[in-house]
Parts: sequence; structure tokens; C-alpha cells
Amino acid sequence: MFKLIPRENVSPVLSLLGPLFSIGFTMFVGGILFYFLGVDPFAAIKMIFWDPLMSETFSTYSIPQIFIKGAPLILIALGLSVGFKANVWNIGAEGQYIMGAIFGASFALSLYPLESFFIFPTMVLMGILGGSLWSMIPALLKVKFNVNEILVSLMLVYVAEQLLALASLGFLRNPDGAGFPGSRNLSLYSSASNSELIMGTGIHLGVLLSLLMVVFFYVLLFRHSLGFKIKLLGNSPKASGFSGDNPNKLIFLCLTLSGSLAGLAGIMEVAGPAGQINIDFNVGYGFTAIIVAFLGRLNPIGIFFAGIVMALTYVGGELTQFMLNLPAAAIQVFQGMLLFFLLSFDLFVHYKIKLKGKK
Amino acid sequence: MDLSEINFAVLVASLIVASTPLVLAALGELIVEKSGVLNLGVEGMMIIGAVAGFIVGVETGSAYIGMIAAAVAGALLSLLFAFIILIMQANQVASGLALTIFGLGIAALMGHPYTGIKSPQISTISIPILSEIPILGTMFFQHDLIVYLSLISVLTIWYFLTRMRAGLILRSVGEDHDVAHSLGYRVITIRFLAIVFGGAMAGVGGGYLSLFRVPQWTEGMTAGAGWIALALVVFSGWRPFRLLIGAYIFGGITILQLNLQAIGVNINIAVLSMAPYLATILALVVISMSRFRGNRGAPGCLGRSFVKTI
Repeated sequence: MFKLIPRENVSPVLSLLGPLFSIGFTMFVGGILFYFLGVDPFAAIKMIFWDPLMSETFSTYSIPQIFIKGAPLILIALGLSVGFKANVWNIGAEGQYIMGAIFGASFALSLYPLESFFIFPTMVLMGILGGSLWSMIPALLKVKFNVNEILVSLMLVYVAEQLLALASLGFLRNPDGAGFPGSRNLSLYSSASNSELIMGTGIHLGVLLSLLMVVFFYVLLFRHSLGFKIKLLGNSPKASGFSGDNPNKLIFLCLTLSGSLAGLAGIMEVAGPAGQINIDFNVGYGFTAIIVAFLGRLNPIGIFFAGIVMALTYVGGELTQFMLNLPAAAIQVFQGMLLFFLLSFDLFVHYKIKLKGKK
Repeated sequence: MDLSEINFAVLVASLIVASTPLVLAALGELIVEKSGVLNLGVEGMMIIGAVAGFIVGVETGSAYIGMIAAAVAGALLSLLFAFIILIMQANQVASGLALTIFGLGIAALMGHPYTGIKSPQISTISIPILSEIPILGTMFFQHDLIVYLSLISVLTIWYFLTRMRAGLILRSVGEDHDVAHSLGYRVITIRFLAIVFGGAMAGVGGGYLSLFRVPQWTEGMTAGAGWIALALVVFSGWRPFRLLIGAYIFGGITILQLNLQAIGVNINIAVLSMAPYLATILALVVISMSRFRGNRGAPGCLGRSFVKTI
């Protein structure tokens, strides 16, 4: 039938077209799915991709929401992408995100109601620490005993979810909360609040940090030798060893780096848009960020745009839920489909296809 | 709290039931991995099996027809994975994750109208004479059909892998696909069949959860069982009998913590609920430490794409 010929150099044009085609295919197949769910596919697709940005009725609410949802996705995906490049698979970012939030919030709430300038920065650092400590567990087990980091990091998500329940029902529960689960609201605690920098725009410190991190990771990956070493480890572990790199150090670094960023995203969320530690604090950003990382082709600038597109599907998904009664899970299917198309399209990026019989 | 409230024989019987989904899904993945493919989508295929099995079970009124539907659903979802990794040469780790995300979404979508419905009645099969042995009879010989089938599958798969020519071919494809290809074996076809088998087994495992063990449909009900099944394969060193023992240990921990919760032991429920996941990590550490002496059971080509070059 056909034959695959490896390309000597990855085609940059196809590499860019891949994500665009995948989004197109996902819209098409997703539209068919929406049709079978009894929803007008054109209205649904328009509501997911167009209305949040352009519609006058929705955009005042949804544009800030895109920043709010995009920031954690971009932060987490940036961290993950570095590991993915090195063939280090941290898929437990959801847990690291939770732990960042719990660590940071615990620190701030332990000082409540003290007001001081040092609380906010220390809280953010504690958040980063929480995420990185949680990712250090799979990192240490991987480099010390060669334990599979995929399974350990994922198992720790379930453990972190239980810790979240423990915190919101137990040690962080608001003593003035009439027995309801959930901590004090950090956004009402001015020393710890990650409030909007410009009112009504949704832009908080985490949004700015996510932009800063895009630049930082771009420099790291394309202008710094460490980025080269990481890519080398992923592409050719043998060559990496010959050049004298210590793979364990790189693996450890990749995992803790992604954990730190997930922790940062967590503390920014809990002190800002979410406001409090509660049982339903985590909404799957850690898993969606995996899709964001691939949609952005593991490239920081790509991840920036991918984060916005994914945030759009979240916000648009909520709109279709309210306006068209589309089930919430339909958007998850939509996102999963996008990842399938992306991964499949990689074939054309890495191989030329020739029909057999032709030379 | 009173520990004597826990009946040991009933405990063992319920741990066998709790472990059966793990045994089934992990056996499927064992075959997949032996063929050199790493399918991280077990969780997704299990939950699709759970929802499809439950829907068909409720609509037809027969849990067994439901189980067949669960197998078909799991296999269908795995076809998608087989296509993108075998034909489109996609990264296996990422594709498996995609399968899980996709499966969880589809299952939530399909299952929504069925939340809170009761599943059809199932009967246990008491094996004559054996089931009347005190204690042992309650433990081992008063189960439903699927439990017995899972034990037969362990035996069959062990026999297939170690005693049959087809099993040898499957292992050789997993060990070195280039050599197997040059010997004239059809690497893609064999891997395709293995993946579909793995999908069907994961589907059956999921169907057992929603139709027999729980028995109800709730969103996200697999709660990491697919991932624990993946861990079990590593834990077993790719051997069917060790896989069974491992699954029963995990089932035991799950059941023990549920029982401790039920009798109101003075440990926080959240802490008890962590136990199976922490135990999985611990087991992986122990097995990886002892595996340092070069006795690795992992197939040589696990996770690597096969590109036909000749």
C-alpha cells in the first residue's frame, strides 16, 4: 500500500500546520458528536471558539475567564513539556497543583489574621515548594531505584486528592464557617490575596508569571546548554551519556521543575480565582495541561497559544452547557479527540509517505 | 471499634471480588506489553467497559450480556489506540494518555442518564461439595461466574505465554520486533491482535466493576483501577501468577481499609482511602529495588514504535 520514509529534518511547515489541522478535524468530528447529542453543531462550535471572544453578551465575562483558565494551563504545560522532551513523563501535575495550593494556603492561614508584606511572597514560595516536594517523590524513586515515574506521579494524584479532602474537612476548615467544608477565603485576607491587578480583566499575578515563564522556558530550551542537554537526553540517551551528562540529574531536574510550576499554578489559583481550599478545588488543569503541552508542540511559544485555545474550549464549553444544554463531558471528549488528531498528525511531520510501486 | 466484627472468611471472599477487575484488566495489559506495546489507556478502556456494560446490562436485564458489551466496548476503544500507534506511528505514552482522557469523557457522556439506576441481579455459583467446606467454601467457592473465569484466564494466559508456539511468537515480537520481522512474523498484525485483546479484557474488568462489584454506575468510578492494573503488570515482572497474587494483595488492602472505615476505626477516612495508592507505590519501589540484579522481565521493545524498513 504505502511506505514510510523518515524525513531527515522535521518539516517546520507541517509542524505548524499539524495543530491547526487537528483543531479543524476536532471541530468537524466534534460537530458530528454534538449533532448526535441533539445540539446544533454550528451553533455549538461557534459558541466554543467565537462567542467567548467576540460576542458582546458573553465576552465581558469570558475574556477574563480565558486569562484565569489559561494561566494555570500554560504554567503547568511549560513544566511538563521540558520533561516530555527528555522522555520523562510526569503525569501527576494535578497532584502537584493541589499540594502547591495546600502548602501555600496552610502557611498563609496559619498566620491569619496577621497583616504583613512578607506573607504573600513567602506563601507563593511555599506553594512552589509544595509542588516541587510532591514531584520529588517520583523523581527520587526514579533516580534511586528506577521506579516508573508515570505510575508513581499518577498514584500521588489520588493521594493528594485525599489530602485535599483532609485539609478542607479538617485542619484547614474555616473555624467561622458554620461547619461547612472549605478553608477561610484567602481573597478576603488582604496579605495573602492574589487579587486582580487590573479590575475586571481577570489578570492576576499568575497570568503575568505565566507570560514571564514562556520567555524563561524559551531561553532555557533554545539559548541555554541545559535545554540542549535535556533535548539530547530525550532524543538519544546514549549520546547524552557519551557527552558526559548525568541522566539522573537531568531527570530529577525535569520532574522537580514541572512540579514547582504546577505548585505555583496551584497557589496562584487558591489565593486568587478559587479563593479557598475546598474538596472540589482541582478541576483537572494538571491533566488538560498534558494536551496543552502537545498542542503547543512542546515549544514554549506554541504552549502559550495552545493554552489560550484550551482555555477557550473550557470557557466556550461552559457557555454551551448553559445555553445549549450540552453535557459537560462533551467538552472533555472534545479535548481528548484533539490530542488524538495531534498525535496522529505527527506521522506526516516525521515521515514522507510514498505509494508502493513508485520509486 | 471492634475488630472481631470483621469476619475473616467473608473478608477473603470480598477481597477476591475486589481484585477481579484488576486481575482481568492487568492480564490484558500483560499480553499487550508482552507484544512490545505500552498502552497507558487501561483506565479509559475500563471505564468505557464499565459504562457500556452497565447500559446494556440494564437495558437487556442480563448482566452477562452486559459483560459481553463491556468487552466489545473496550476492544473498540483500543482499536483507536492500535490505529494511531501502529499505523500513524504516534508516541505510545502520549496516545495512551489520550485514550484515558477520551474514554473518561465518553463514559461520562454515555453514563449520565444511567446514574443511580440499579443493575440487574446476578447469582453466585456455588461449586457443589467444595462450597460446603466451612470457611474455605465461603472464601473461594461461592462466587459469580466472572471470578472463576478470571482464574481460568490466569491459567490460560500462563499456558499460552510459556507453553504455546503462538505465545512464543508474541513474546519474540515484544522482545525484538526487527528480528521477529526478519523471521517473517507480522509484527503489526500480532500487536494489533494483542492490543484488541487487552482492550476487551480491560472492558470486562470495567464491566465487572459496574455490574458485579459496586454494582452501579457513577462517573469516574474506576478511580485509578486502570493505573493500578498497569502497576500490577510491572509488579508481577510480566508473570501471570505473580500478577494474580499481586492483585489479591491490592484487593486485600482495599477491602481492609473499607472494612476499617465501616467499623469506624479511629483513623481518618481520607487517610484510609490513600492506602491502596500508597501500597501501589511501595510495591513498585520494592520490586524495582530487587530488580536491580538484572532479572528484568520487561520486554525488550516495550514502548518502541515499529517502522517497516525492508
